[in-house]
Amino acid sequence: MSIPQLLVHDHEDNVGVVVVENLSAGTDMLCVVTADNSDFRLTAKADIPIGHKVALKPLKAGDTVVKYGEDIGKMVGDAEVGGHVHTQNCKTKRW
Amino acid sequence: MALDFSNTTVKAWRRENGRVGVRNHVLILPVDDISNAACEAVSNNVKGTLAIPHAYGRLQFGEDLELHFRTIIGTGANPNVAAVIVIGIEPEWTKVIVDGIAKTGKPVTGFSIEQKGDFETIRQASWKAKEYMHWATELQKEDCPISELWVSTKCGESDTTTGLSSCPTVGNMYDKLLPHGLYGCFGETSEITGAEHICEKRAATPEAAAKFKQIWQAYTDDVIEAHKTSDLSDSQPTKGNILGGLTTIEEKALGNLEKIGKTSTYIDAMGPAETPSKGPGLYFMDSSSAAAECVTLMAAGGYVIHTFPTGQGNVVGNPIVPVIKISGNPRTLRTMSEHIDVDVTGVLTREQTIDEAGDALIDMIIRTANGRATAAEALGHREFSMTKLYRSA
Repeated sequence: MSIPQLLVHDHEDNVGVVVVENLSAGTDMLCVVTADNSDFRLTAKADIPIGHKVALKPLKAGDTVVKYGEDIGKMVGDAEVGGHVHTQNCKTKRW
Repeated sequence: MALDFSNTTVKAWRRENGRVGVRNHVLILPVDDISNAACEAVSNNVKGTLAIPHAYGRLQFGEDLELHFRTIIGTGANPNVAAVIVIGIEPEWTKVIVDGIAKTGKPVTGFSIEQKGDFETIRQASWKAKEYMHWATELQKEDCPISELWVSTKCGESDTTTGLSSCPTVGNMYDKLLPHGLYGCFGETSEITGAEHICEKRAATPEAAAKFKQIWQAYTDDVIEAHKTSDLSDSQPTKGNILGGLTTIEEKALGNLEKIGKTSTYIDAMGPAETPSKGPGLYFMDSSSAAAECVTLMAAGGYVIHTFPTGQGNVVGNPIVPVIKISGNPRTLRTMSEHIDVDVTGVLTREQTIDEAGDALIDMIIRTANGRATAAEALGHREFSMTKLYRSA
């Protein structure tokens, strides 16, 4: 199997993590779900740095962001599928 | 096939109290900040000894003083230490430290500076330090089961790769070694925030769960809520965490908890720098999430090897405990590999399983116990940072 560009912890997750450097917009990413090693493909919509998150579904402000199968916060802006999810559009629900 | 570690041994020092140490330091330990200079002078006179200067020890009181004493005594009592010279400004508190360390049965002598001055104190302490150095360097290593090691963990400069690779690597190590009788330790009270409900469920008993919850709640109420200005967004996650892609404290906490594996449960929740008292197994320790403070507290609790997952690249070490760094971030391995002992980038490229990464870490623990200098040791990282609970009188 070739090297994946995106890893996803669980099937319930709506974000994945870029695991390669210099990922550019338009890249057809190999995405692997680490829970069972299943894979799928997704096109990156932006230049996204290594370690940063990518939306696997269209996410709107108010939506819960799920990673590790758990609630990690809420969207405070929108992200399209393949778009960048980080501090500009996602925030903890705690503070 | 999974490796069997039940008969694995390491070459290490068996101390007077039966504990196993993987380093053989003769420490020159200051009771207080103003005794640092004398300790450093003794250490300069007697090569191979190690002074651990620090910032505190005067006018502390109550719980803060108890933690100070516990940290200093625990550092001297750690099995990685063969013998200790204690130097303090006055005799009473110096004796508290000496008596605490002496309970292990190891050689320890205290010196106080008042009515003597630095010159005379340094002269007397240097003679004793030289005697200890000759004695300690003749101590022989013996074969000790790997299960007799006490191995702690705390991650730093975390990013999303730590939750995917280096933290589950530590978790896999614990899942494999704890059943053989290893002592483990995790902590970082504020960093569990966001996953405290999950951490509570990983307790082995309702008592351990209740103790954890009490510690977590106290930290949240007394430290975080009492002192925060707006929210913790500027320090939890840290700026480094955010650069690495971590967005929220929940996301950081979930990655952090990967360090305790899939099956391990903790049998007790302890205060900072406390020594485990319920036998072999995994312990939670109330501790800051700041790297040097946390490692210092766990070393004072008696842990002899520390496993440290990092994403963006933390460089921390400790004076008496080898800190093994594990990273799966390919950029960090490209830009600062001199700090990394175990490369698990293969987990991200799917060329290495977590199981294989866990075996690689156990192999590095064995090599480190047998004497391999860690990256932090080779680079001279000896951060000793005491946790202070409140202002001195």
